Amino acid sequence: MILTKTLTVALVGNPNTGKSTLFNALSGLRQRVGNFPGVTVEMKKGQFSAEGKTIDLIDLPGTYSLAARSPDEMVAVDLLLGRRPEEPRPDVVLSIVDATNLDRHLYLMSQLLDLGEPVVVAVNMIDAAEAQGIKIDCTKLSERLGVPVIPIQANKGVGLRDLMRAVFAAAESVPSPQRPVFPEAFEKEIAALQTEFGNEVPGFLTRRFLLDVGGYIEHWLLGKHGDKLRQKLISARQRLTEAGCAVPAVETRTRFGWVRSAVAAAVVKPTVRPVTWTDKLDRILTHRFWGTLIFLVVMFLMFQSIFLWAKPAMDAIDGVREKAAKALESAMAPGPLQGLVVDGIIKGVGSVLVFLPQIMILFGFIAVLEDCGYMARAAFLMDRLMSRCGLSGKSFIPLLSSVACAVPGIMATRVIENRRDRLATIMVAPLMSCSARLPVYVLLIGAFLKEGYSSWVPGFVLFGLYMIGFTVAPLVALLLKRTLLKGATPVFVMELPAYRRPAIRSVLRRMSEAGWAFVVRAGTIILAAMILVWALLYFPHTDAAGTPYYERIEKADQEAKEASEKIKGLKESGQEVPEELEAATAEPDRLNGEWKRNSLLGRAGLFLEPAFRPLGWDWKIGMAALASFPAREVIVGTLGLIYDVGDVDSKAIGDDTADEEAKEKAAGLTKAVKDDWSKDPVRGKYGVAVAMSLMVFFALCCQCASTLAVIRRETKSWLWPAFTFTYMTVLAYLGALLAFQLGAIITDAVG
Amino acid sequence: MRALSELRPGARAEVLAVTGESGLVQRLHEFGLFEGEEIEVLALAPLGDPIEIRLGNTRLSLRKSEAAGVSVRPL
Repeated sequence: MILTKTLTVALVGNPNTGKSTLFNALSGLRQRVGNFPGVTVEMKKGQFSAEGKTIDLIDLPGTYSLAARSPDEMVAVDLLLGRRPEEPRPDVVLSIVDATNLDRHLYLMSQLLDLGEPVVVAVNMIDAAEAQGIKIDCTKLSERLGVPVIPIQANKGVGLRDLMRAVFAAAESVPSPQRPVFPEAFEKEIAALQTEFGNEVPGFLTRRFLLDVGGYIEHWLLGKHGDKLRQKLISARQRLTEAGCAVPAVETRTRFGWVRSAVAAAVVKPTVRPVTWTDKLDRILTHRFWGTLIFLVVMFLMFQSIFLWAKPAMDAIDGVREKAAKALESAMAPGPLQGLVVDGIIKGVGSVLVFLPQIMILFGFIAVLEDCGYMARAAFLMDRLMSRCGLSGKSFIPLLSSVACAVPGIMATRVIENRRDRLATIMVAPLMSCSARLPVYVLLIGAFLKEGYSSWVPGFVLFGLYMIGFTVAPLVALLLKRTLLKGATPVFVMELPAYRRPAIRSVLRRMSEAGWAFVVRAGTIILAAMILVWALLYFPHTDAAGTPYYERIEKADQEAKEASEKIKGLKESGQEVPEELEAATAEPDRLNGEWKRNSLLGRAGLFLEPAFRPLGWDWKIGMAALASFPAREVIVGTLGLIYDVGDVDSKAIGDDTADEEAKEKAAGLTKAVKDDWSKDPVRGKYGVAVAMSLMVFFALCCQCASTLAVIRRETKSWLWPAFTFTYMTVLAYLGALLAFQLGAIITDAVG
Repeated sequence: MRALSELRPGARAEVLAVTGESGLVQRLHEFGLFEGEEIEVLALAPLGDPIEIRLGNTRLSLRKSEAAGVSVRPL
């Protein structure tokens, strides 16, 4: 009995056909993402039961044709042919087509027939077609095409039961022999090539080899067989041109001819094409002036929402993290375990979760923009601008999102199909000035460029720092596209799909999928990085005498409390406060500073000081920069520890709404940085130049473990995060060098 | 005979030939853009490039460099 066996069904269709909607409607919540080594595509798999049978449904990436031009496109073809070790060959191919655009969608279906597996056609959006006056006789269409044709409305779940019945019936039937008939001259060349290949190449791929000029199969087989085969291929194509059936035109002509005659027999269309909603909307939305204006408003809203709507949620996550840290801190005895849990794990988990609001809001926007069809219009409007740096319009939204945060921005590059364009966009996204750089800028501008400067100077410097990212990113993108990511010009032809109302359910699904993917795949790496840096700052945790620092700090804390009580009493009675009492109150922060300076990371800073010197940094600044590897804003807290002012909250920097204590600490850090630097001959004289050098460094560096983790997740390779980190660090070092040296020259000149 | 890239928004034309890089030609064919088909130019992007065209119920965005290889007869 065939019934006990799991049925494997592959879902294939053009982009924007409602393919994902059908997939979700059929498989419900039981979905997982299948991974394919060596390529960036992801395919979703769903399992469900219908009429007592179990079905494995594979959602293939949307495509217009099976003429594969890249390894990513080839995965789908290989999977359909059963040539991937991860998946069995599908028993049935489910082809979903758009009822309003049958000719073009059935073109792909006709290629599926060549696979030699049973095909079932689902005609989706039958309601939209009826609204346009298009009447489809599915029975007649089925007769002409030789495969079952089922009308459905995936978004409303209409026709799905009939569809599954057709799939079960097809699984037990022999594939129909009906398909487009190619010219005899063509079939003769195929037969000759097939004799040459024997069993090594399936017939389907032999056809693609002859048809797809410069395609993936051509590269693969010519790479394997060399010049002899190349000569054969060239002369075969030559003969076809002479016979009047040149490739690739012979395929489109044959297939469209076959499809159109079937459609003509089964479909009644109005003689005059009615004006659709899409026609009306496109007159405004792709208009040079109005379209651009609306686009800017949409982008502004999206951008604002990532910044502002996410903030309350991010603050709430931070609040919970702080409470959890405090509760655990008091519940656990001081020691390495407490440190690991409170400063390593809780901070690490918090720093993963804090990205979720931004990621989910951005993906909510992207899902709505894509589902309603606007995303392609946005790419259309921005294409020319982005083409100047070697990219296409599709890179615009990911890069814009990166101004809020590179993590969601990099995840948003999934909309870019071209692999090289996508990689270039990922590589430069972290250069866009993200919000985590702001605390660093505000701290240093506050310390060195506020007092004694005109009121416009701080704002101007901040603007300049943002501009560094906006100018360097396109330049790097251009450079990458001309060197490392060089290749044949991709095809930029893009479909602008009909406008449609986005389905709330699918938008919510996309949001949660993006969030979940980030937490699971990138979160673990971020957590590991946080714990590593914590350990480097924690150990060794004893002083020269072997007493653990946390014990000394606990004792000093007690004494500091007593001392401040005494000071209060003395002050109230108008007496003078002895110096040792003042010193006792500062002792815990001093001890903490000593501990961090003695830590492995502190020693690394000391060891690397010669490398930091040309930038105008001492080992303390260098160490704080090293410690900020998990996230840029961490430098604020680390500087606080090293400069003996205790743990400073980076969010309190420049935030007037922060509570008094946090503000006081932030102001204390600003003062401590200034005081410490003024004691040193280099930093005392060139304070501004050092501040500029540090800020330029942070504008260009990739001190962000989350970004690197998400690059690793999106490119499925450690190579690209390593490359990004290296090139950005080199760039940051050179930029900081330039900033300090120039700044020093100017300082000397001004006197 | 003119190139598709030269047409203004609102212009209708019949496609005479599609030339260019093989991948581009194949993709345009797959979209149904080949000899004998009728197209309409709908819009130009803000900087004059790319262009939006319609053939049947399909709308495409093409860069001017890509549209330059499509020769058409204005209707």
